[in-house]
Amino acid sequence: MKAGANRIEAVVTDIVTVNELVKRFHFRRTDGGILPTFSGGAHIVVEMRDEERTRLNPYSLMSSPLDTRDYTISVRRDDAGRGGSLFMHSRVEAGQRMVISSPVNLFSLDLRARKHLMIAGGIGITPFLAQTAQLAAEGGNFELHYCFRNDGVGSYADFLRQRYDRKVNLYRSDLQETFELERVLATQPLGTHLYVCGPEGMIDWVRATAAGLGWPMETVHYEHFAAPQPGKPFDVTLALSGIDIRVGEHESLLEAIEAAGIDPPYLCRGGVCGQCETNVISHDGKFLHNDHWLSEEDRRSGCKIMPCVSRFEGRSLVLER
Amino acid sequence: MGINFRQETFRNDFSFKNSPEQIRRFPFPFHEDGYMYSVNIEPHVPGPKNTVFEHLFDVDEHYISEMRDRAMVLAEDPLRCQSLPYMTLAGWDTLELLMTEKAKSYPDLFSLTRDGDKWHWINRPLGIDDRFTFGDTSTLPYGPLEYITRQSQGDFAVLDQRDGNLWMDAGMVTTQADWSLDFDIGMNFFEWHAPVPLAHEMGVFNRALKFLMAIQQGQPARRFNWTMTINPRLDTSPENYHKWGTDRTTVTPDNVGHKVHLRVEVQMFFRLPRSNALLFPIRCYLIKMEELVSSPKWARRFHRVLRDLPDELAEYKGLVRYRPTTVEWLSKYDDGQPTSPGFGPD
Repeated sequence: MKAGANRIEAVVTDIVTVNELVKRFHFRRTDGGILPTFSGGAHIVVEMRDEERTRLNPYSLMSSPLDTRDYTISVRRDDAGRGGSLFMHSRVEAGQRMVISSPVNLFSLDLRARKHLMIAGGIGITPFLAQTAQLAAEGGNFELHYCFRNDGVGSYADFLRQRYDRKVNLYRSDLQETFELERVLATQPLGTHLYVCGPEGMIDWVRATAAGLGWPMETVHYEHFAAPQPGKPFDVTLALSGIDIRVGEHESLLEAIEAAGIDPPYLCRGGVCGQCETNVISHDGKFLHNDHWLSEEDRRSGCKIMPCVSRFEGRSLVLER
Repeated sequence: MGINFRQETFRNDFSFKNSPEQIRRFPFPFHEDGYMYSVNIEPHVPGPKNTVFEHLFDVDEHYISEMRDRAMVLAEDPLRCQSLPYMTLAGWDTLELLMTEKAKSYPDLFSLTRDGDKWHWINRPLGIDDRFTFGDTSTLPYGPLEYITRQSQGDFAVLDQRDGNLWMDAGMVTTQADWSLDFDIGMNFFEWHAPVPLAHEMGVFNRALKFLMAIQQGQPARRFNWTMTINPRLDTSPENYHKWGTDRTTVTPDNVGHKVHLRVEVQMFFRLPRSNALLFPIRCYLIKMEELVSSPKWARRFHRVLRDLPDELAEYKGLVRYRPTTVEWLSKYDDGQPTSPGFGPD
């Protein structure tokens, strides 16, 4: 079975500057057809052809699942990252053709919930834009809490407030508006499911607070926006393919494997879905595991790595790939 | 080319049989002279003409009669179709998938016209012509899952995906090999597979679950499963065990050819777009031993598979009582020659 998701030929129909950090991209099919239906929380993978390099970055769909004539995503510029978001900001223009994947949902709503409590930090708001649109259409019960630094980066805050009024609570840190997480979590009705998307520190805080208040693990859902981090270059031997590759500073191990012409499976490219898990045959050095998939036991064994986000420092690394 | 729909029964006088053309397209599930569990999953892509894989959802000469049998089962026992409350959206997803694929694959039999959420569905073989509002259950005579699966061959389990597992939370199950939706509903993947011997030790289920949870929209997958059934009975449910269980004691050397059937399930897996649920259609095909042996290759190979099947599997599949008689009968068709690779007849 072919790795990754189904590919769709798309054209960028519009690019909107949302604020100082965020741009919104609209895609349609080049053949004018309807894009695949999706569910709130789904992402697509956008292929970026940057000369000889291909970057594949996942972005949450923020448009309404009820209207698939176009897909929209929001991209936050990361000046210190590996260049994917910079490419989207500086190199992509309206009218440009791009290849995107079919939607994949690793952050779907639990439809059993009596109430959906959503907590977003910064650009983590994007999956909730689609989820709230889906729930509002069905008369679903939800409440959104959205934390951001200042007015200049509070993407879609006004829009959400206007559309959903008191279901939406905004917290600006520059105004010292504090989000009383413990109070919000302690006062929810039985049967509420909690969803959190944002920076890692926020996710950890919300999960720990919920656990402390006795929320069942099954009712707490989260999505990391973990992009691969740059790091020192390293060399890898791919034993099954019989080739040696070098992973560059701004390249992920998965990207380097793909650049060598190998087609490993993937879904999230962010260290959470487990699809690209690869066996380590031997190593002499230290793993920099950045994933959320491998267990402590897996890590201690030194037998597995998630090449989408994890790196290596040392003399030799041989993978079963 | 139209389909010549047969008028036949799967109960009482058991008039079911396959035409020669239908025998040629039978999905024989053994690619070698032996059988053991494997995950054996492959992409579900349209296959060659005149095979059951020509279209994503196969409609064959038994369609009208199978749907009539399903209606009888439901009239006696409405619990064969159930949907937990939060699975209605997955029901609409299922309806959309089946209607669009059927209309695309068989335009002379089915048509779907969509104007926003105002849909018009015509099913010519069953004489159905309905207009309804997509998403509004009050505009259909049944819930969306029941409505469309009363018009679709095979069983349908609808699996919710959450907490790193799959949950059987809706379905239409009337043509099953001795399992029950009413019993399994609400169970997770490991719970409903608990009775299967050997496979747990082999780690088959962990690998299968991981694969299934990663199935994506637009990339369905399929696998074969098989068992045997005495008399061409579609509904071999635990609820009706008292009706069919004793059939297994009636096999004699004289009646093997028309009484004993190989029962093949083509199991499919589709990711549904709105609900993110996994649709698991299980399409059942039956073939009599006398029809099967019209292919010398299938006759030889099935003789060897059945003869060498591990006892635990024979026990689990419920074949123990009539296996020796059937193997003896089949042995007359096994000349000891090697069988050619692949599934198809020679």
